Amino acid sequence: MKHVITLNVNGDPYTVSVDPSQTLNEVLREELNLTGVKLGCGSGDCGACTVLMDGRAVSSCLTLAVEAEGKDILTVEGLAPSGEKLHVIQEEFIDKGAIQCGFCTAGMEMSALHLLNKNPSPTETEIREALSGNLCRCTGYAKIVEAISSAAQRMNDASERNQ
Amino acid sequence: MREFNIVGKHVPRNDARAKATGTAIYTDDIKLPGMLHGRILRSPLPHARILRIDTSKAAALPGVRCVITGEDTPKIKYGNWRLFPDTQDEYPLAIDKVRFIGDEVAAVAAVDLDTAEEALSLIEVEYEELPAVFDVESAIAQGAPVLHDYCPSNISVNRKIQYGDLEKAFAEADYVREDTFTVHAVSHAYLEPCSSVAQADLDGRITLWTSTQTPYITQCLLASTMNMRENDIRVIKPFVGGGFGGKMELRTWEFCAAFMAKKTGRPVKFTLSREEEFLAGRRRHPMKLTSKVGFKKDGTLTGKDLRIHLDGGAYNAMGPTATFLCGNFGAMLYRYPSYRFFGEHVYTNKPPASAMRGFGAPQSIFATETQMNIAAEELGIDPIELRLKNAQVSGDKIPDVATISTCGFKESLEKVAEMCNWKEKRAQYKTGGGKGIGIGCYSFISGGVFNWFNTQYPFSAAEVRAFDDGTVHLLTMAADIGQGCDTVVKQILAEELGLKMEDIRITSADTSMTPQADLGAWGSRLTLMNGNAVIDAARKIKEQIFGMVSVRFNLNVIHEMECKDGKVFPKGRPQRSMTFGEAVAMAQKANRGEPLVARGYYTPRDKGMVTPAFSFGAQVAEVEVDKETGIVQVKKFWTAHDCGTVINPKAVEGQLEGAIQMGLGYTLSEQFIMDGGKTLNTTFLDYKMPNAMDMPPSETAHIDTYEPEGPMGAKEAGEGLAIPTAPAIAAAVHHATGYRCKDLPITPEKILNATKSL
Repeated sequence: MKHVITLNVNGDPYTVSVDPSQTLNEVLREELNLTGVKLGCGSGDCGACTVLMDGRAVSSCLTLAVEAEGKDILTVEGLAPSGEKLHVIQEEFIDKGAIQCGFCTAGMEMSALHLLNKNPSPTETEIREALSGNLCRCTGYAKIVEAISSAAQRMNDASERNQ
Repeated sequence: MREFNIVGKHVPRNDARAKATGTAIYTDDIKLPGMLHGRILRSPLPHARILRIDTSKAAALPGVRCVITGEDTPKIKYGNWRLFPDTQDEYPLAIDKVRFIGDEVAAVAAVDLDTAEEALSLIEVEYEELPAVFDVESAIAQGAPVLHDYCPSNISVNRKIQYGDLEKAFAEADYVREDTFTVHAVSHAYLEPCSSVAQADLDGRITLWTSTQTPYITQCLLASTMNMRENDIRVIKPFVGGGFGGKMELRTWEFCAAFMAKKTGRPVKFTLSREEEFLAGRRRHPMKLTSKVGFKKDGTLTGKDLRIHLDGGAYNAMGPTATFLCGNFGAMLYRYPSYRFFGEHVYTNKPPASAMRGFGAPQSIFATETQMNIAAEELGIDPIELRLKNAQVSGDKIPDVATISTCGFKESLEKVAEMCNWKEKRAQYKTGGGKGIGIGCYSFISGGVFNWFNTQYPFSAAEVRAFDDGTVHLLTMAADIGQGCDTVVKQILAEELGLKMEDIRITSADTSMTPQADLGAWGSRLTLMNGNAVIDAARKIKEQIFGMVSVRFNLNVIHEMECKDGKVFPKGRPQRSMTFGEAVAMAQKANRGEPLVARGYYTPRDKGMVTPAFSFGAQVAEVEVDKETGIVQVKKFWTAHDCGTVINPKAVEGQLEGAIQMGLGYTLSEQFIMDGGKTLNTTFLDYKMPNAMDMPPSETAHIDTYEPEGPMGAKEAGEGLAIPTAPAIAAAVHHATGYRCKDLPITPEKILNATKSL
């Protein structure tokens, strides 16, 4: 039996019909073609599939699509909506050399956004804690931590300027 | 030392924006109209004869489009050592026998994944279980079950090296010791599970998009197993989410995707699950290494005798190369006046081990370095002093093994000692006091001077197309799998042609477009080999446009020319310049409009015997060990390394930082838990690779060398750095606890047992 669900992804409303067993990851990747969302393990251990659901970082591979009914979902594709001007987190990942194979990158960025929304000035340990559900095999995490720390600083500077 | 404009500067990766925005397309992101989804049926038994396979129920399931077993295929074996067909021991799908739990038996392609999965459960296979062997000792014992009929001993490959008078060496030594080490298997654990999509053209040719490190090797082996011509196969490498040696052979799903696409006329995709990756995926070789070394009283080495058994699993995979390289690495780092190596690659009923970052060196050098640390203690010599006394230097020649052109090993040792306050800390921390510091070193190859693949093409090739708008297009078969070679070769080309990064477009790793050939991303070969091919092509372009400037300004033939800042000019008369684009336009006009294109090549010929250039380095680890729990915490790493010219500093740093993560996991937390040939830990929850919280701080120094054989002085960076971490931590743990690890990984249980606290 299919369920018809409505969810808001990156600001756009979608209505899709899903199997009860279908995951949010499958809907995003297969139905909505948001392939920036990756699938690294399917068991919620690697974090490559991380998206924000109502502002909270979740593993889209463990989230059933029906749970997303009526929710706001943000994926990596929604980080820089204009497509030209990137999000500060993305800019810092690029500049600090935090990206190698790139398969963990989207999930890392989404976990970083979740952290910085909650805690605008995290310590290095807090950043590392926030990333502990996101595995990376290439970078040793050093440059990812550096990028997030630097993004936090820039976002704080910008919000101070705006005040 | 040359001055550079782009090489050595902070240049963001070519693909960073695409990856940061999620627009980079990996193989599993590809979706084609009418595409079928494939799944593989794997053996539940470690060793069995296949008596009967009935696929009729699976084939009858609505939505199933194709089911195949080995019987449906051309039954042609493959393997990367094409030069020695005997070593090619693998079929894409099992014929007659399965040899490990996870061995591929049949494949299904269906309209969706769920249907394919359901169809797998409908395939009936009747097996006759055979006795199995799970370790080297049992596999080489008299009367052991034989895995492959062609190889009754279960020893598929051996390698010998010998030079110098070993008997004399040990007779003359004041101190001789022999130790046996065992090292375990670990997973590459790249984040992107293997994935392949194949499409058959109207005329039956195949296009395969696949997550591979070796597009050309895949093209050739896929062609041979399909019984097709090489150029009827086109392999395209999309973005690849890491490889580390685990994606460098033809694999079953690549064959099945292609074969079933041809059979059904519809595109077919296979993507492995993480469980399959852990259950049946390639892994690092477990080994048993017995090493005997002799020293004079003053610490001078007299000789070394190294015997190794590699536990290869059920098929050769890249095991023969690992066997070969173990022997070479056993003779590296120190000057052994005599050396003997005997290595044997042994079949067991386990998932095949294969290439993995370091490729035999982490195992071989774990033995070397641990034994150096033991010897230093027993001879009463500081471990760094003992190393400095015996260290290889530039110009050293090792018979049949290596000629070392540049070597920054001694400088690395001295530098790392200074960075970590070695002397003070060694004196300050008492053995067994809970804190310790230890050293491990490495050397690695910059690509191999060996051609087991038996290619008639150059080892690396590049094509440069120059345009009158001042841009160039670089085509190369080099495979960027995340390590960043696309960016590095672009930097080399921009530097050579005096252009900016944005002036260069790159197309890489598409076997129908990019020049044949390149053996792929392994053995740390791309920067040096592809870099040299790119320089060769760039110089051929320059030769043509330099002539235009000479003619245009009627220059004396003695003038030397240069490309810089987008201009072409005589060095002595820089005001007489043309833009790069103007010079290209003129060269075209002078040649009846023919596009300005050049191809460059690189094939090392006997240079340094196994590799054109060696990297070197030393790493120190500081640890604290909890006496109650035996838990090891690494407090810090210091590394000094010599990779020649650093082309992209952030890429080199990133390689080092990533290597430490892998080395740390190898030493302390990662291992396969096996029971009767079955891998029990098949999730990232149970297979513990270090996360962001587990990573200690690290400090690095580059030792300046300029490698004459390398492009702009560069050599290997990153793969070798996976080597020193295990011996460094093991030495630090010994300092902290008195426990000497000779069998990786180091676990709390082993420490507590050894320190009698358990």
